Amino acid sequence: MTAKVSIRGLYKIFGPNDKAMVDKVRNGLTKPELLEQHQHVLGLEDINVEMQSGEITVIMGLSGSGKSTLIRHLNRLIDPTAGEILVDGQDVMQLGPSDLRELRRKMMSMVFQKFALLPHKTVLQNAEMPLSIQGREQSEMDREARKWLNRVGLDGFEDRFPSQLSGGMQQRVGIARALTANTDIMLMDEAFSALDPLIRTDMQNLLLELQKELHKTIIFITHDLDEALKLADHLVILKDGAVVQQGEPQHILLNPNDPYIEDFVSDINRARVLRVRSVMKPLAAEVKIDGDVDAKSNLEKIIALSGGDTTKSYRVVEDGQAIGLVEMVDLVRALVPRASGTK
Amino acid sequence: MARYEGLFDALGLREWCDADKTEAPMSMAQLLAQASGGSEEATGPVLPFPSLDTLNEACARIGQTRDLTEGIEQGFLAIRGQLKFVLDPLTQPLSWMLDGALWVFETAPWWFMMPLLILVSWFVSKSRGVTLFVAFVLFFFAAIDHYNVAMQTLAIVFVCTGLSVGFGVPIGIGMSKSDTAQRMIVPILDLLQTLPTFVYLIPLIFLFSVTESKLFGIAIILYAIVPVIRLTDLGIRLVDKDVIEAANAFGMTNRQKLVRVELPLALPNIMAGVNQTIMMSLAMVVIASLVSAPGLGVLVLRGIRNLELGVGIVAGLGIVLLAVILDRVSKAALARVDKQRNTH
Repeated sequence: MTAKVSIRGLYKIFGPNDKAMVDKVRNGLTKPELLEQHQHVLGLEDINVEMQSGEITVIMGLSGSGKSTLIRHLNRLIDPTAGEILVDGQDVMQLGPSDLRELRRKMMSMVFQKFALLPHKTVLQNAEMPLSIQGREQSEMDREARKWLNRVGLDGFEDRFPSQLSGGMQQRVGIARALTANTDIMLMDEAFSALDPLIRTDMQNLLLELQKELHKTIIFITHDLDEALKLADHLVILKDGAVVQQGEPQHILLNPNDPYIEDFVSDINRARVLRVRSVMKPLAAEVKIDGDVDAKSNLEKIIALSGGDTTKSYRVVEDGQAIGLVEMVDLVRALVPRASGTK
Repeated sequence: MARYEGLFDALGLREWCDADKTEAPMSMAQLLAQASGGSEEATGPVLPFPSLDTLNEACARIGQTRDLTEGIEQGFLAIRGQLKFVLDPLTQPLSWMLDGALWVFETAPWWFMMPLLILVSWFVSKSRGVTLFVAFVLFFFAAIDHYNVAMQTLAIVFVCTGLSVGFGVPIGIGMSKSDTAQRMIVPILDLLQTLPTFVYLIPLIFLFSVTESKLFGIAIILYAIVPVIRLTDLGIRLVDKDVIEAANAFGMTNRQKLVRVELPLALPNIMAGVNQTIMMSLAMVVIASLVSAPGLGVLVLRGIRNLELGVGIVAGLGIVLLAVILDRVSKAALARVDKQRNTH
C-alpha cells in the first residue's frame, strides 16, 4: 500500500536565516544550542511519517511539541524549511499559488480547535463555504451541506448562527463543513480539545462512525493520549519537534521505547485501551478453552467475563474465525506498565 | 546689542558678514528701537540665545526667522501653478458633487425632503425611537426657519462623508495588508488630525478660488477621513486569525478572503469609523464656513462677527441637534449589524 501522504525529512526552523541553520541541525546541533548560539527556534526536526489512505493517523504530543506546526505543513499554511511533503506522490512544495489553492479545495479539508466558523453566516452557509469558494451551483451546495449537516446531527439548525450553538454543536458544523468539501484527506487540529469531556466522547464516536463508512485519510492532532489511543490506526508521538516513536498504538503501549512515552503511558487505563488482539498468543491445542471472545474487545471486558479468575483462557475470534488464544495470566501481566529497560 | 559680533570677528568672518550690509532696520526689534529714538544699547539679557534674529544683528549675512516663513510662502507660490494644474481638474468633480447635492437639498420641497429623510433613517436604523427623534428635529428646524441652512449643512456632510468612506476604506484595507504602508500612512493621519483646523484652509485658499465649493470640501474630507481609515485598518487587523486560517485552509483567494471574511468581520469597526467621520465632518463644516461653506456654520460665524448672541446660540444648538440625529441613526445601524450576528 502506498502512502496517501508522506512527510520526508521535514525540518522547520523559525528565524530570519532558517535555511542556513538546517545543516547545523543535521550535524547535531540541539534545540537549546541553536537558540542560544544562533537565536533560531527549532520547530520540527527530521520528521518522516507515512500516512496511509483510509486510516486515522494521530499525531500526539504536549503543547510546544510542534504538532500543530506539523499539520499546517500538510496544506502549507506553514512552509517547511527543508524536506518533502508528498500527497498522492505529488510534492506539495512544487505547487504554485493556484495549484496550492486547488489542493486545499479538492484534496484536504481542515477542522480547527476553535471551530473558526464565519460568525456572520448561518450554519448552512458555513457548511456550504468550501463549495461556494469553488463557485458551485446554489442548489448543489444546498443539497451537499444539508446532507452533511444532517449526518452530523444538526437537522433543524441550518438557519441559526454559530454563536447560538454550544461548542460541541459548533464543532459539528466544523466537521460538516470539512465533509462538504468532499476531500480525501481531513486534517483535524485538536478538533475536540476545546470541548467538555462527555461531548468529546460523543464527537470521537461520531468521527469513528463517519470513518467506518467514508474511509477518509484523517490526520488528527491531539495532546490527549486516551483520545489518541481511541482513534488512532497509526500513532505518531512528537516531543520537542522530533518523532519519538510511531506505529500501531497497541504496540507503542506495550513497547514504549522512551521514558517520555512510558510516563505518558503509565497514567492511562490500560484495561480499557488494550485490546485482546494485542495480548493474544497463537492457538495451541492443549489449552482448555473457557469461551470465545472478540479480537476487538478490550481487556476490561475479558476481566469482567472471567469474573477475576486468572486461570481461565479464551479463544480469540475475528469474523467467525479463531485467530488466537488469550490466557488470563498474560492479560493481567499486560496491565502493568513495563519498567524502563526490561523489554 | 550685537553680542555675537566678537564671535564673527574672532572667526575672521567680518568681511564676509558686511559684504552687502544695508543700514535699513531688518527686524521688528530694530524697528521698535529706532522708533523709540534710542540708538543706545538695548537692555536685553546678557547672553541671548543665538537665534537667527540675534545672529543677524551681529552678521547681516545670516538670515532672519522672517526669511524662513517667507521662504515657505515663496516656495509654495513657486509650485502653486503646477499644483493647481494637477489638482484643479482632479478635484473638480468634488465641486460638482457638492454643488449638485446643495442644489438637490435646497430645491427639493420640504414636503418631499422631510418624509424622505425620515424614511431613510427608518430603513437605516430600524428603530422607532430614533426615527421619531429625527422627525422631531426636522420639524423643529422647519419651525424656527432654519430648515434651509440645516439642509445645506446636511448636503455637505453627506457628500463629504460619502467620499471619505469611499476613499478611506480602500486606504484602510491597503494599510492593513502592508506594515510598510501602515508605517508611512500613520504619521500623515496623525498630522491631519492634530494640525489646527484653520491651518488646512491656508494653502487651499492659495490654490483654489474661494468661491469654489471644493475648497471647503477638501478641507472637510482631509479632516474627516482619518477615523474611517484608522478603524478600517484596525478592524481588519483584529479579524480572528483562526477564521483567516480557515479561509486559507479551504483555498480562498485573497479577494474572496477580503470580501467574504475580512470586511464583514471588520464591519462593526468600520461602522464606528464612519460614525466618527460623520461627526468630524460636521465639526469641520462650521470652520469651513470661513471659506464660504453655506449652512448653519454661516449663522454661527455671523453670531461671532456681529456679536449676535441669539443667532449664534440657536445655530450652534442646531448643529448639536444635527450631530445627535446623525450619530443616533448611524449608531442604530451599527447596533443592528452587531445584533444580527451575536444574539437572537
